[in-house]
Amino acid sequence: MLPIKRLLLYKPQCMKKWWWKIVCILLLVYTITAGLLFNVPRKPIIQESIRNLYFHVCMWFSMMILFTISVVHAVKYLRNNNLRSDILSRHYAVVGIVFGVLGYSTGMIWASFTWADPNSSSFSSFGAIAKDPKLIGAAIALLIYFAYLVLRDSINDLDKRARIGAVYNIFAFAFLFPSIWIIPRLLESLHPGGQGNPALNPQDIDARMRLVFYPAVIGWTLLGVWIVSLKVRLQMLKEKNVLES
Amino acid sequence: MIKGTLLLLFSFLITILSFAQDGDTIEMADTMRENGKIYVVVAVILTILAGILLYLIRLDKKISKLEKHK
Repeated sequence: MLPIKRLLLYKPQCMKKWWWKIVCILLLVYTITAGLLFNVPRKPIIQESIRNLYFHVCMWFSMMILFTISVVHAVKYLRNNNLRSDILSRHYAVVGIVFGVLGYSTGMIWASFTWADPNSSSFSSFGAIAKDPKLIGAAIALLIYFAYLVLRDSINDLDKRARIGAVYNIFAFAFLFPSIWIIPRLLESLHPGGQGNPALNPQDIDARMRLVFYPAVIGWTLLGVWIVSLKVRLQMLKEKNVLES
Repeated sequence: MIKGTLLLLFSFLITILSFAQDGDTIEMADTMRENGKIYVVVAVILTILAGILLYLIRLDKKISKLEKHK
């Protein structure tokens, strides 16, 4: 069957189910209420800002999960040539980028109060934190994904666009590992987690925080998947309109 | 599924009671909690979240309607 004809037969099923959307809403409400009200460990310098773990860190976790789903669909496209996989892969990458940008900007706010404080001489200068390997690594990873969108969306031919996009997506995903997982851990960084897995290490985060943190990761990720599902359904309608006219 | 999730959330809430507070010299937003004003912040954020989620639900329904028209 032609790949374009397969698109016409597409019927969204699990995307239309409501139970996981309700779970997402409940988890997010729980995240915000519990995240602001429950007890947290008392630590110098970060103080109450430790609660950012439920928001800032969750953005990166969701980004990683969404990018993983995106690359799975890219590989699927290369195996079965179904344009649906290409559309899914593209939209998972876009929403992953949105979460990444949110993670980056929330990290900027957090760092400017905990790493570099112009009013306190004991903190580092802004110049020092700009050179932080974790920040540069994350910036490179996001820029590579920006380039993915530019590359894929600049090609008009449907099949060529899907194939080149899928191959580049695999490269971009592979590059996440050196740029955000490996290199920042080899170099000295202000960012916690240099000696292991930040937020998963039992020494970084105690049981009280894990009670909110894990549901928060699931909640934010489900929100991302929900947005992706809406974008994909809209895109499918557009494609069908084009094919039928 | 929903029942199970609610039960799960409830069990999370129950366990929080068992944690003792480790009072220390480190400055935290304790006064804010005493005054009860932190709940205002929670209410504001929850309102914003509700707005965003309602928007998403409406979008979802609109797209479902469009799909039915096909």
